[in-house]
Amino acid sequence: MYEFAVILLSTILVNNYVLAKFLGICPFLGVSGKVETAIGMSFAVMFVMTLASTASWLVQQYILIPLDILYLQTIFFILIIAVLVQFIEMMIHKTSPVLYQGLGIFLPLITTNCAVLGVALLNIQHDHGLFTSAFYGLGAAIGFGLVLILFAGLRERLDGAPTPKAFKGSPLTLITAGMMSLAFMGFSGLVKF
Amino acid sequence: MQNLFTAMLSFSLFALISGILLAIATRFFKVEGDPIVEKIDALLPQTQCGQCGFPGCKPYATAVAEERAEVNHCIPGGERTMLAIADLMGVEPKEIEEGPTAPMVAFIREDECIGCTLCIKSCPVDAIVGAPKQYHTIIAKDCTGCTLCLEPCPVDCIDMLIKPELLEHWAWPLPGSNRAELGHERKEQHHA
Repeated sequence: MYEFAVILLSTILVNNYVLAKFLGICPFLGVSGKVETAIGMSFAVMFVMTLASTASWLVQQYILIPLDILYLQTIFFILIIAVLVQFIEMMIHKTSPVLYQGLGIFLPLITTNCAVLGVALLNIQHDHGLFTSAFYGLGAAIGFGLVLILFAGLRERLDGAPTPKAFKGSPLTLITAGMMSLAFMGFSGLVKF
Repeated sequence: MQNLFTAMLSFSLFALISGILLAIATRFFKVEGDPIVEKIDALLPQTQCGQCGFPGCKPYATAVAEERAEVNHCIPGGERTMLAIADLMGVEPKEIEEGPTAPMVAFIREDECIGCTLCIKSCPVDAIVGAPKQYHTIIAKDCTGCTLCLEPCPVDCIDMLIKPELLEHWAWPLPGSNRAELGHERKEQHHA
């Protein structure tokens, strides 16, 4: 139990995938315009990441290692992620058309979200077990979602702020992201994992 | 060589199984048309009057869904429709741009009508009766006051009149609404 708590703390705050490992920057900058879409994106990524890390662990243990085809790891994992993303895309399209429209191209682009593949690959590299993998994926996704929603909130507020003309739009977004990353560095002494 | 075949076979099998699973999921999550367009279309009054600047309710619904149009262009739908669409789209409600006019109804001056049937074809709600070379007339209770019949009339014999308020449907107008102001004006005229 203690181990799982440490994993969650580590992936959410200390080794945050966006701000410490710099993975998944594309949706982080792309979908953070509005808090509502950011929340939707977070849940979509949470679903995909948790299931992808579990499924990729199973594939690794029961297909890749017994058949000795570890060199196919990447393509297998990408296939798993693509299937999961396709599935959640259908689900969102059916249940919430407004959210589907808000996420737009970034929903299918979860497939190429490097954070998702990164979690799957790091699970294998760290020799995690099945439940550890699932928790690692969940933690990474919560971390991603937390940062994405916080960042969307910041951007919504900054939209109304009297910023110099040269900083409006992307420059301010990038500077904000950098400052958030600096702030999250403060967590680095919290746990060693 | 053996390993190569197992690799190819296992990957193909895995891809095939994933494909079949996705195909099954597609059946469960089938979406007919664009649901948001359908939902907006259901909110619109379906008079197909074209006052929004689009040729009918469905095109306007599509335009709103694609964020090409504001939510406040549907004049027959009024404020209630605008609020419902704004709520569905998650945008701020907007005031309907409408002059201080009462509900209008078209009226054909029958002695000038030449019976060309052009206005009948243009009426979106089939509120004009008539036949070729016969006088046409408007069914006042079905007319939405969309003014679409004015333009095609070659002899300009159609007037827009203020719709008479029927006694059985009369209610106190909301203070500050167009109807209240209009009633006020009428009263002043009456007492003058």
